[in-house]
Amino acid sequence: MPLELLLAGAMGVALCLYFLFGGADFGGGVWDLLASGPRAVDQRRAIAAAIGPVWEANHVWLILVVVLLFSGFPPAFAAISVALHVPLTLFLIGVVLRGSAFAFRALDPSTGQKRFGLLFSMASTIAPVLLGMIVGALVSGNIRVQGGLVTTGFFAAWLAPFPIAIGLFSLALCALLAATYLTVETTDEALREDFRVRALAAAVAVGLTALAAFLLAGGGAPWVRRALAARPWSWPFHLLTGGAAVTVMVALFTRRFRLARVAVAAQTALILLGWVLAQYPYLVVPDVTLHGSAASPRMQRLLLVALAAGVPVLVPSLWLLFRVFKRSYPSSSS
Amino acid sequence: MGISLAFHIVFAAAGVALPALMVLADIYHRRTRDPEFLLLSKQLAKGTSILFAVGAVSGTVLSFELGLLWPHFMGRFGESIGLPFALEGFAFFTEAIFLGIYLYGRGKVSAGMHLTSGIAVAVSGAASAFFVTLVSAFMNGPGGSDPIAAMVSPSWPYQVVHVLLSSYQATAWAMVAISAFILLRNPKRTLHRKALALALPMACITALVQPLSGDRSAKHLTAAQPLKLAALEAHMHTGGRAPLHIGGVPDLETGEFHGALAIPGGLSFLAHGDFDATVTGLDAFPRADWPPVIKVRTAFQVMVGAGSAMALAALVVIAATVRRRRLPEGRRWMLAFVVLGPLGFVSLEAGWLVTEWGRQPWIVRGLMRTAEAVTEFPYKAAAFWLFTIVYLLLGVAVVYLLAKQIAAADRSHEASHEATGSAHAA
Repeated sequence: MPLELLLAGAMGVALCLYFLFGGADFGGGVWDLLASGPRAVDQRRAIAAAIGPVWEANHVWLILVVVLLFSGFPPAFAAISVALHVPLTLFLIGVVLRGSAFAFRALDPSTGQKRFGLLFSMASTIAPVLLGMIVGALVSGNIRVQGGLVTTGFFAAWLAPFPIAIGLFSLALCALLAATYLTVETTDEALREDFRVRALAAAVAVGLTALAAFLLAGGGAPWVRRALAARPWSWPFHLLTGGAAVTVMVALFTRRFRLARVAVAAQTALILLGWVLAQYPYLVVPDVTLHGSAASPRMQRLLLVALAAGVPVLVPSLWLLFRVFKRSYPSSSS
Repeated sequence: MGISLAFHIVFAAAGVALPALMVLADIYHRRTRDPEFLLLSKQLAKGTSILFAVGAVSGTVLSFELGLLWPHFMGRFGESIGLPFALEGFAFFTEAIFLGIYLYGRGKVSAGMHLTSGIAVAVSGAASAFFVTLVSAFMNGPGGSDPIAAMVSPSWPYQVVHVLLSSYQATAWAMVAISAFILLRNPKRTLHRKALALALPMACITALVQPLSGDRSAKHLTAAQPLKLAALEAHMHTGGRAPLHIGGVPDLETGEFHGALAIPGGLSFLAHGDFDATVTGLDAFPRADWPPVIKVRTAFQVMVGAGSAMALAALVVIAATVRRRRLPEGRRWMLAFVVLGPLGFVSLEAGWLVTEWGRQPWIVRGLMRTAEAVTEFPYKAAAFWLFTIVYLLLGVAVVYLLAKQIAAADRSHEASHEATGSAHAA
């Protein structure tokens, strides 16, 4: 297997983990923003308790993706940074405000909510939309690169209906992940019902935005639309993803929360896999390919060695972190 | 970029050193069973959590910003600097994971596991700083375009030691100043006396070792980057018995200094260990390759001045401690500490400016000029102001929260102290 495929695979895995964990942290912020009803304060508290110990570690997946991108595929990183300068900048501001507002709020529970709560939840809501728009622009085919220079300007590629639909889809998915995880992580029955209802609503939103994105892809991202509809893997893949989505809904409906958590993770991973497969062999459709922008084979080998050296440290540490803080509660406790 | 970095290095430096102090306090507590060391360790952990959160997000911003601002630098050299960044990523990951366990896991994991997590945070924080400094060493004097050669560019041992020491030094002096400030207002605070006792040894040792590391760096620069050395000292004319100028204003046309204290042969001695040695001046290089000499020299003078003041203070503190067999106390000492404390971060920032300005007009010395690296995005100013405002607000919020945190700890300490006052007296 060519080296660049291994590297791209590692990036894909890191991105998937970022979405599964970091995406859920963003989703937590969304539900913090939408906290309502008699238990609004408790909802916020449960969200903060779930995010607190892990959000920084979850966030590092993104840094790993960026580092792999710029060291493994330098010209692609350069082109993406130029073409998507504006949404990337806005996304980063969102990341900064989300993270620091959360830390500040946690430090000062009495007045912190008033000062930093809204900032935290707003930033958490906007960031995944921008992330989705960035992905939408990358696959749209509207970023053109010639001789290493971006020729299509700084706005048109991402300020279009298709990327916006992907942005909303990404937001809905984050919200679904968060609400589903929270049903497992809360001990209080009433709170769990709150999050169950929210998860069901988010699941519907995921379906609607996915449909909108698929319809818009005909004009907005023709390459990906063709790939999603006409490759040999296309329809079995759609069935699998759809199956996972239905499992999520049914499990939530019948209150099998652990099953719902597994299914929603599978659904998200499949969606990301679908995106990666549909985009292959491009990093930026249609001018920047994996092969064409890869660093020298020696560098790729060294990066893979660095990854191989880092993973044995990382995986047990992460396992420990989640074992300490994410033991799911038995459903009988009240 | 500059603004983001200027903020980031403060957060990052404190993020490297605070965990070490936090673990030290924890170890003292385990050894002495003194509850005040536990309280101190918890305080430091809260400070670490704020700084790490801000450091984490500003680090993310930087990794993207490299591309947003200098896409052509990253397009061409991403490969050369990728390896240290990838390793830094793992170090950072480890730090984030164990900080989570340390901060939220007290009581949930065993005491030994908890302390080990704290040590893991301190070690991986230092490792992050280590790897990032390798990138800076590459930009200052690339060791080659091969990824391994680039990772161990010639100046790396000098820069890495200097940067790591500066992180511990700046943070320890800041903690000395904060403890002294509180002790000035209320000399009876035993908690803050212990905080002072914790930070002062680190502050003194680093302040004394750092000048040695600086001297080794200067000797390395003399051989490897003579233009930079000449710019640091605004040394115009190549020649033997070069004087060292302290303070004053250099005139770049004539090479004269106005109002400077000149030590004959001083520069020759510092650069070569010989008062008569020849030191290459700026006149040996085309003017187009000069860094902004006045800025570089000013920053350098600030760094060395602040560093010397701290080294001198460290000597006095050690002499006084040895003579009286206990750490200094009393109003005058505390006042001096409050004045000296900020110098650590002053010289850290000044030192960073020396590196950055001293490398100009190159982004990678000898290979790519900064102007060639910059993005063609037309509204750079907008992004610049946006990030500047965000970072200013962040800086204000961090200072405000840390101050509030320290004040709150002070109050709660006072309350608990009054409650258990008799027990303590006995």
